[in-house]
Amino acid sequence: MFQFDLLIFGNTGWGDELLISTIMTILVSLSSMFLGVCLAIIITWAKISGNLIVRIIANFYTTVIRGIPELLVIYLIFFGGSATLMYLAKIFGYNGYIELNAFTMGTISIGLISAAYSTEVFRGAYYTLGVGQLEAGKALGLSRFQSFIKVLAPQMLKHALPGLGNVWQITLKDTALVSVTGLVEIMRQSRIASNVTHSPLTFILSAAILYLILTSFSSKAFNKLEEFTNKNDSVTQ
Amino acid sequence: MNFELIVDNFFLIILGLDETLNLVIISLSLGFVISIPFSLARISSIKILSKSVYYYIFIVRGTPLLVQIYLIYFGLGAIPFVRESFLWIVLKEPFWCGILALVINTVAYTTEIFRGGLQSITKGQIESCKSLGMNKFVMYSKIILPCAFRQALPGYGNEMILMVKSTSLVSLITIMEMTGIARNIMYKNYAPIEAFVAAGSIYLFLNFLVVQFIKFLEWKYNPHLRVKD
Repeated sequence: MFQFDLLIFGNTGWGDELLISTIMTILVSLSSMFLGVCLAIIITWAKISGNLIVRIIANFYTTVIRGIPELLVIYLIFFGGSATLMYLAKIFGYNGYIELNAFTMGTISIGLISAAYSTEVFRGAYYTLGVGQLEAGKALGLSRFQSFIKVLAPQMLKHALPGLGNVWQITLKDTALVSVTGLVEIMRQSRIASNVTHSPLTFILSAAILYLILTSFSSKAFNKLEEFTNKNDSVTQ
Repeated sequence: MNFELIVDNFFLIILGLDETLNLVIISLSLGFVISIPFSLARISSIKILSKSVYYYIFIVRGTPLLVQIYLIYFGLGAIPFVRESFLWIVLKEPFWCGILALVINTVAYTTEIFRGGLQSITKGQIESCKSLGMNKFVMYSKIILPCAFRQALPGYGNEMILMVKSTSLVSLITIMEMTGIARNIMYKNYAPIEAFVAAGSIYLFLNFLVVQFIKFLEWKYNPHLRVKD
């Protein structure tokens, strides 16, 4: 049953370990979201104004990532990545076992997943603006890059914010899957603790509560951000 | 990358397809049936009903599916009361734990999707039902629910794809569906890329079929949008 005494801080409880693992979850989520958004900007650009080959590659990427389970993507990046590296190392005469850093590989795999979702969000935001904005920028003598940075991007960000909030929630929850690679985040820590103490209910329930706290706080934060970006809308209406 | 190995793996992994399909079909159909009363409760004017469904959705959508699966598989078994009750007959099987977690998860998402569909029904439609003398049962079964389902179809299609992907997580509680088999193959011959590419292609094809099925349903339930020649 639920044992509160196991959750205290210090040598006898697992409270401090859980806190550290929560920080790890936040770090993995933030870095994968950052990687995802950076990649998504490039892929969106490829989808909107790339040539046929680039567009096909970008569409293939988003279709495949959104069509196969997240767990498979993580396995593929984590085990496939180290297998590829070992193969390359063999060419250079190194025959040992190489294990990659779980944090880096976790960030890359979750980042690749969230990039596919963010791309669709950005693409949707771009299409709500329409080409008129680009044409207006051209009429004012702005270069294509200038009108993207000064005219399109700020407006796109505003339209993309609710969608990005959803992607953030998905990314945060997907980090639980990184536990299979051995990275000690909330899920992994709670499994370790429940194996040691034989009290799975306590720790998995604590993990659920920690995730709930993270997701509800971040949804509050995104609501505040949306209020901020929509401030001028409510004035004009 | 070894192409022959991918083909060999493909034929091994496809043996797990029936387990994956069992999980998808059972959890989606149970989820569909349960979501209808849940979504009606969510929009009902009885505060306690709508609030409790709201909190259920809040909790399920705020936690990862993996936590829910572990909570049911490892957590429930730790309660002595559950171990001694008749529930244990079901809960000692990993398969039914997986089904239970998937159903709990999909009901939360589907209820929100159906709620959106129900709220798209305008007052005028309900008023015209009443003016035609329909009773509540006929009104719901013939007009409101079909129209709401039509509105909810695109969202529900996404949920179906998510469920196909979610079934891969139950491989972590020893159910040998496609991802579980792929992982075993990888541990055996340590050729991870070949194993997971083979598994991924089957999932991709499954999701392609789901998309076609949703397109068919959208065509079927939107006769007014069909192009006539």
